[in-house]
Amino acid sequence: MKRNWWKILSVVLLVYTVLAGLLWDVPRLSILNETIRALYFHVPMWFTMVLLFVISGVYSALHLGRWGSAAKTDLFAVSFAHTGVAFGLLGIFSGMIWANYTWGSPWHGDPKQIGSAVSLLIYLAYFVLRASVDNDEQRARLSAAYNIFAFVAMVPLIFIIPRMTSSMHPGNGGNPGFNMYDLDSTMRPVFYPAVIGWMLLGVWITSLRIRLRQIENKLEEYEDGF
Amino acid sequence: MKMVSKLSLLAAMLVAFPLAAQEVEMADSMRADGKINVLVAIILVVLAGLIGYIVLLDRKARRLEKKLEEKN
Repeated sequence: MKRNWWKILSVVLLVYTVLAGLLWDVPRLSILNETIRALYFHVPMWFTMVLLFVISGVYSALHLGRWGSAAKTDLFAVSFAHTGVAFGLLGIFSGMIWANYTWGSPWHGDPKQIGSAVSLLIYLAYFVLRASVDNDEQRARLSAAYNIFAFVAMVPLIFIIPRMTSSMHPGNGGNPGFNMYDLDSTMRPVFYPAVIGWMLLGVWITSLRIRLRQIENKLEEYEDGF
Repeated sequence: MKMVSKLSLLAAMLVAFPLAAQEVEMADSMRADGKINVLVAIILVVLAGLIGYIVLLDRKARRLEKKLEEKN
């Protein structure tokens, strides 16, 4: 129970997010109206995705630097990338629903939309690469190198290019940042706990994937032994 | 004099801002009716179900790990 405190924290924060996110006051802004509350659910998907991709990239770097068990760093890298893609897809689809109501159509060709879609495709190619190499060590090393490139490509696609062009996302292309939402910072006390809650959930799901794969690997060792 | 006019401008802005903000259409009647609670309850049930499922998976993984440890 002591080791699982962060899982309980995740559940508490997510329940708080739903309660406060739907019931508390938010700034009254035209066009956005009540959809401003999507900030508590759509944006944390991206924050979580970026965190999971960062952890995945760190394990890939550790793998290339021969730090720790090679099988373990490879398993951690692929598992975190896998959940990261899942959160990214949730971010894309939730964003399309939000865009449909505030921008007028689900796909606007907004630089940030395109950038996030392209970086998700880059990460999907990571799994294609892994599936196409049979040798375990080769797959681990090749995909670790590719994973670092994927992360390096994601940073300009999501964080830099949308800020240099005219993106409709807040904080990009001359649009004001979060200040547009939380004029009186009424949203911060919900938004930041929401981000932490979703991030912990992402790590939790990833840890389950890792543990099940480790159990599977051990079972295979036993089968080989007899 | 200048100071006074600046202050009065500030006061006017402070008073006018909430008034202008009130005109933005929000789901006020839905909140007044208490129907928002229906939404909150439904989303919480879905969230509880999904998290409960993850907890069950977590416990299943723990059981399997213990089983493997005993084998060793």
